[in-house]
Amino acid sequence: MPRTRKVRRLSTRDKVILAVMVAVPTLIELAFVWLPTLFSIGLSFTRWSGLDLTDIRAAGTDNYKFVSQDYPPFWPAVQHNILWLVFLALIATPLGLLLAVLLDQKIRGSRIYQSIFFVPVMLSLALVGVIWQLFYQRDNGLLNFLLGTAGTPAAVDWFGDSNVNIWAALIAATWRHAGYVMLLYLAGLKGVDPALKEAAALDGANAAQTFFRVVFPAMRPINIVIVVITIIESLRAFDIVYVINRGTNGLELISALVIQNLVGEGQVIGVGSALATILLVISLVPITFYLSRTFGKEAKES
Amino acid sequence: MNTQRSGSSAQITLPPSLMNRRALLKTLGVGAVGLAGVPLLSACTGGSAPGGGSSGSKTVSFGSSASDDVPKRAYQAVVDAFQKKSGATVTTNVVPHNDFQNKINSYLQGSPDDTFTWFAGYRMQYYAGKGLLAPIDDVWEKIGANYSDALKKASTGPDGKMYFVPNYNYPWGFFYRKSFWAEKGYAVPKTFDELKTLAAKMKADGIIPIGFADKDGWPAMGTFDYMNMRLNGYQFHVDLCAHKESWNQPKVQSVFDTWKALLPYQDPAALGQTWQDAAKLLGDKKTGMYLLGSFVTQQFTDAAVLADIDFFPFPEIAVEGQDAIEAPIDGLLLSKKGGQNQTAKDFLAFLGTPEAQNAYYAVDSSNIATAKGGDTSKFTPLNKKCADAISNAKHISQFFDRDALPAMANNVMIPALQAFIKDGSVDIKNLESQAAALYAAQ
Repeated sequence: MPRTRKVRRLSTRDKVILAVMVAVPTLIELAFVWLPTLFSIGLSFTRWSGLDLTDIRAAGTDNYKFVSQDYPPFWPAVQHNILWLVFLALIATPLGLLLAVLLDQKIRGSRIYQSIFFVPVMLSLALVGVIWQLFYQRDNGLLNFLLGTAGTPAAVDWFGDSNVNIWAALIAATWRHAGYVMLLYLAGLKGVDPALKEAAALDGANAAQTFFRVVFPAMRPINIVIVVITIIESLRAFDIVYVINRGTNGLELISALVIQNLVGEGQVIGVGSALATILLVISLVPITFYLSRTFGKEAKES
Repeated sequence: MNTQRSGSSAQITLPPSLMNRRALLKTLGVGAVGLAGVPLLSACTGGSAPGGGSSGSKTVSFGSSASDDVPKRAYQAVVDAFQKKSGATVTTNVVPHNDFQNKINSYLQGSPDDTFTWFAGYRMQYYAGKGLLAPIDDVWEKIGANYSDALKKASTGPDGKMYFVPNYNYPWGFFYRKSFWAEKGYAVPKTFDELKTLAAKMKADGIIPIGFADKDGWPAMGTFDYMNMRLNGYQFHVDLCAHKESWNQPKVQSVFDTWKALLPYQDPAALGQTWQDAAKLLGDKKTGMYLLGSFVTQQFTDAAVLADIDFFPFPEIAVEGQDAIEAPIDGLLLSKKGGQNQTAKDFLAFLGTPEAQNAYYAVDSSNIATAKGGDTSKFTPLNKKCADAISNAKHISQFFDRDALPAMANNVMIPALQAFIKDGSVDIKNLESQAAALYAAQ
């Protein structure tokens, strides 16, 4: 009896270790995530040049009014973020799914194709910018060369023309996003019990019916993850437009505006914090949705 | 710090189920490194310099944004000359040009180098006013005689003390190829109407009359500044930049209206190209002329092309002929910490001598030395013309982004000018309300 009690009861040392293991990540999280977040929300109600702490002055909701009424790039940025979301959801994510389904067939060289499609996900953003520059350049780019317009006045300025550059950037973004989605779906497809497919085939379902009625619904957990990832990717879209022209001239995104107002000489802490807070509030929607789906379900099961 | 915070909030948005514990730890690690980025960077650009700040050890740490090859070697030549002369040791920390400018706020608040490269104008006065720089009146007692009154004025802080040692400046103007113009029979325009006539003629000849590039946002400010000064005068330019004048007034509208007449002659591809791209077009005779600073000549590596380059000042429009010239001044500042280092002050005093500026010019001849008594025997005809244009001007303006609040230049003017270049539309009422909000935040 004393022996089992000894096992079940935590010694002081265990308690200390446990406490440290819980406390350290909690403190890190508090220090690096939650405190700055709260500071940022607080700063969004102030005017501050970012240089001297004594310069901070209360501003009420002025920064939010400024952003929504007087700051021309803000609404285009919101529209572009929405466009980004729609494009990823309707084009990039289904493309990734299609690639995954195709590669899941027992075709020869499947691994090689997987690697090819996944490479863009691993590339650094600077490299992605350089690669797409080669395609899109007005005078020497591959695309204008293929169109036969390179070097002529009819050449399309893919990154410089504000009517087309958002689409050019979206295609570059799709190039990365589809590979990411493909990998997740491939993992999901491997996890689907082959017996399900066999049963569907016995019932006379064709390949499309099997996929949409049986396999796809069976991947429900992956689907939720994909939805959340797609939303988040569209909200934090940043790197590609920043490489192209730092998010100006037709490529405004909320994240790029946050950076522009918070970093560098153009620092206006209040306005930048207000933009960051707006982005945070929007981001909380999918996060809350995801957490409630995941943990809500676990709570029911247990 | 705030950027890093928004970076780390992007990190938590990753769905946790996707991450195994290792990935999570890695992400936290990345977040932590990102957060630490600011102090780390300033540490490696400055704080680690041995002995920086102590007065007895005869060492200076020098933060340089001259990261391009030519100016980098030119500053090295100045440093070498100083070390040889004084026996002191200068530790140079070169940071990529744009990074240096983007990090300047945290750099000055962290542990900056004793002395560092920067610009004259509001851009210098702003940091001086915030108490982040050390005054150098004692240095100016030694070098004051080497400078003109205009340069002395440009080096003075808002409190009347001296803060800046000018190294070089460079004029803005219309650059063109002499042989090309001679071949086509083009003549230098003196008035704005002549400029428009010339541009129309060039367009009829099938070339783009005026080279233009604004992908980076700032080059279009040069055109704005000149139009504004030629229409409303130098003082109005200064007052508008400092927001002592309202943006919402007919004087400002007239600048854009006048510019609109020139837009059809400027390169329509401006928003997709950098000034280096546009310089190449000028060198290749695809554009007739190009309004930029004389640093444009750095791009002409072919000596024959370089010798063929000439320039003319922006033509007169209304008020003051061609009296004002845009000629941004680059030089060195002393950080607050560097104020206690006598050797750093000696280094600055050295930079203000013809000897040091000759050493600089021997390597980088695209800029004009500011100190009197410099060696002009090696000046090319173009250099001489640049120097004359500056010394003959009644008013020397800095560039818009050096004369105005940085946030106004970066966050308001860049998008506004890019939108204007696109379709000729501008909302001066909105410019005023943005200016009011941003200047109030300082």
